[in-house]
Amino acid sequence: MNFISVRNHQTIPLSGIPMLDYDSFLELNVFNLIREKGAHCVNYFGFRLDGLIRLVCCIANDESHSIQVSSSAVPRMALPSFSKHNLVFEKFEREIHENFGIAYTDHPWLKPVRFPFNRFDPGSRIADYPFFKVDSEELHEVGVGPIHAGIIEPGHFRFICNGEQIVHLEIQLGYQHRGVESLFLEKNKLLQRCTLAENIAGDSVVGHSLAFAHLWESLCKHQTGDHLKMARTIALELERIAIHTGDLSAMCTDVAYQLGSAVFGRLRTPVINFFQKWCGNRLAKGLIRPGKSHFPFTRDLAIGLMDFLDEYENDFEDISKELFSLPSALARFEKTGVLTTGQALAIGTVGLSARMSGVSRDIRASHPHDAYEALDHQPVLKTHGDVYARARLRKKEINQSINHIRHLIKILAAPEVYDQNPLKPAPDSFCVSLVEGWRGEICHCAITDGKGELIHYKIKDPSFHNWLGLALAVRNNEISDFPIANKSFDLSYCGHDL
Amino acid sequence: MISFILIILMSLIFTGIVIRTKSITSGRKGPGIFQPLKDLARLFKKGSVYSQTTSFIFQLAPSVYLASILMAVLVIPLGQYKGILSFEGDFVFFAYVLGAGKFFSILSAMDTGSSFEGMGASREALFSMFAEPAFFLLMGSFALLTGYTSFQQIFHSLHFGSSVSYVLMVLATYVLVMIALIENSRMPIDDPKTHLELTMVHEVMVLDNSGFDLGMILYGTPLKLAMYGGLIANLFMGDFPLVLTIPIFLGLQIAFAVTVGIIESFMARFRMNHNAQYILTLSSVSLLILLGVLLILGQFN
Repeated sequence: MNFISVRNHQTIPLSGIPMLDYDSFLELNVFNLIREKGAHCVNYFGFRLDGLIRLVCCIANDESHSIQVSSSAVPRMALPSFSKHNLVFEKFEREIHENFGIAYTDHPWLKPVRFPFNRFDPGSRIADYPFFKVDSEELHEVGVGPIHAGIIEPGHFRFICNGEQIVHLEIQLGYQHRGVESLFLEKNKLLQRCTLAENIAGDSVVGHSLAFAHLWESLCKHQTGDHLKMARTIALELERIAIHTGDLSAMCTDVAYQLGSAVFGRLRTPVINFFQKWCGNRLAKGLIRPGKSHFPFTRDLAIGLMDFLDEYENDFEDISKELFSLPSALARFEKTGVLTTGQALAIGTVGLSARMSGVSRDIRASHPHDAYEALDHQPVLKTHGDVYARARLRKKEINQSINHIRHLIKILAAPEVYDQNPLKPAPDSFCVSLVEGWRGEICHCAITDGKGELIHYKIKDPSFHNWLGLALAVRNNEISDFPIANKSFDLSYCGHDL
Repeated sequence: MISFILIILMSLIFTGIVIRTKSITSGRKGPGIFQPLKDLARLFKKGSVYSQTTSFIFQLAPSVYLASILMAVLVIPLGQYKGILSFEGDFVFFAYVLGAGKFFSILSAMDTGSSFEGMGASREALFSMFAEPAFFLLMGSFALLTGYTSFQQIFHSLHFGSSVSYVLMVLATYVLVMIALIENSRMPIDDPKTHLELTMVHEVMVLDNSGFDLGMILYGTPLKLAMYGGLIANLFMGDFPLVLTIPIFLGLQIAFAVTVGIIESFMARFRMNHNAQYILTLSSVSLLILLGVLLILGQFN
């Protein structure tokens, strides 16, 4: 065997990952592992070890519920690329190129990703990003951002348009780079690291902090109790409800449907207010901590949540019925921003952006964590890949989340006493942790040294793959439909930029 | 004179009523009716900032734009009472003096050199171009029906003789309301509230304007809406005395403002490429009016 098969957040010794020479590493991942049914790349990254660049590739297989990890060590040199054969590696290789200066000989789109502080070539500047250009009398360029009219984060969108029609869109990010991955190594208190994980993307607080908590507990060989697992699942599903509702509101705003915008907006507030009641923060910061919880999910909270969900569901069904039967809104949603199944598979989108194109990718079902095994979660799928599919999917997922929460509250285990001993990570270990946040698959990887200190921490937000999906989806659409297509994907800038 | 004063008065609260309607329908407390007026007062107290890439046209355009609307308001009558200006063919003057104002606002948008504003200008020009035939078919039909070519005479001699003419009134009201919405970049053609520069039509053209200039442009919107409201009200006045015309005028204006508010609350805006098609249907509705007029005049016997 030249790879090792691990389960979701299972810690293995670093030496357990087989080392291959680069050619067989490429052949294994590109021609074998990724071609299997249900396989997709969850992370592919490099880190410096003993003067060489150690490349680690994690390919998750949804059919066998396992993650296949393989690695190779290369000096800084020109290498043939994975992306030439399979585009799902495209962004990962660009990142490796940017961080370590590995010049790929046949990469189709070798451009900077986010201009990190520790990039290999400090001379490259965000202002000199090499945009794709077309010389033409008919086409015109429209540049939007990095500062936008709304309240969204900074990012630059460069459209090449034929009149009102988008021919090509290039998305350039990096303005939100904070160096989160290197901060994980610098800040060595657990609390600091928890806070960092919570702040990777402000709208996926539970998702990212849960990925970190799983990883840390696994590295420390800590067993999580059933009550804590259920409470975490409830928090994750609540976050999904809150953000999906907010997104439906924002999508109504973008097509100027005031009623929907107002009602969905009103419905979102009590959901995040419930987090406030639970843990003192509306974004659920402070709720998830490795090995314990400062805010137990009490009986009172459970009863309050049940009552609230009944109330919420009533109004939610009413306004959804209004929205999805309003001809003017449907005219804007349908056949706008289509990402075909073929495109989704080719670029490896994950989460909501994959499921709306008929690609069944859901960590809750394929690599279940926390209480999902008990829930028998079935992913909701849509096939058209347009704005309508994304709106419907959100609606269906909210319904599904409500059912999950109700079921969990019914079977809620008795609270356990948490072990107060400090957690100590195992030395020379590797762990990969996957969590299905509301946006999709969140992947955290950690590697420890001989003393159990972190030597590498790698984060992958679902937005990392999915931005390219947006760029492809808006081709041949009208430029005035871009905002609604963008909002329906609702990707994270800071999650991408780290 | 009386119509000019009424339209100016109405313009002060028009957007206020629209916003009030929208906040009531969405269950919000919302700002008071005079909030848009206060916002305008704030803008009028400010100075303007000019981009270095713009020329004198950019500074001139807001004044020309507002002036053109005021000129157009001058020719609006109130039933049998003339506007300040009234002459043969004044409805042509009305359409083209507004056109001149729009021309300047398009020029000023192009003057900034911004890629958004060019897009907005091209959309605005396209949509008003499509709306123009509808207006002329409508007024032309009425001119044919009454035998006059000035607003005051046309409206004065319009009377509700046959059942066909009731149909004509309904159709004409519909066409005028829609033209008013198109010319003011309201829903469902354009969303005045949007913050998305790529979907804007009128709003994107004034992104570079600020302070006093922006105030003038923003005041243009309620003024134009009240002006079209006045035009619609005229359809229903005939030769009534002032005691009747003033309440009719105010009532219809408020009803118009509430309608705008309700449209903006309960529907989504159109996709940009459906707009042109939609606006062209107005011309066909106007053609129906022409047909009705020909029927009344007995041209088909």
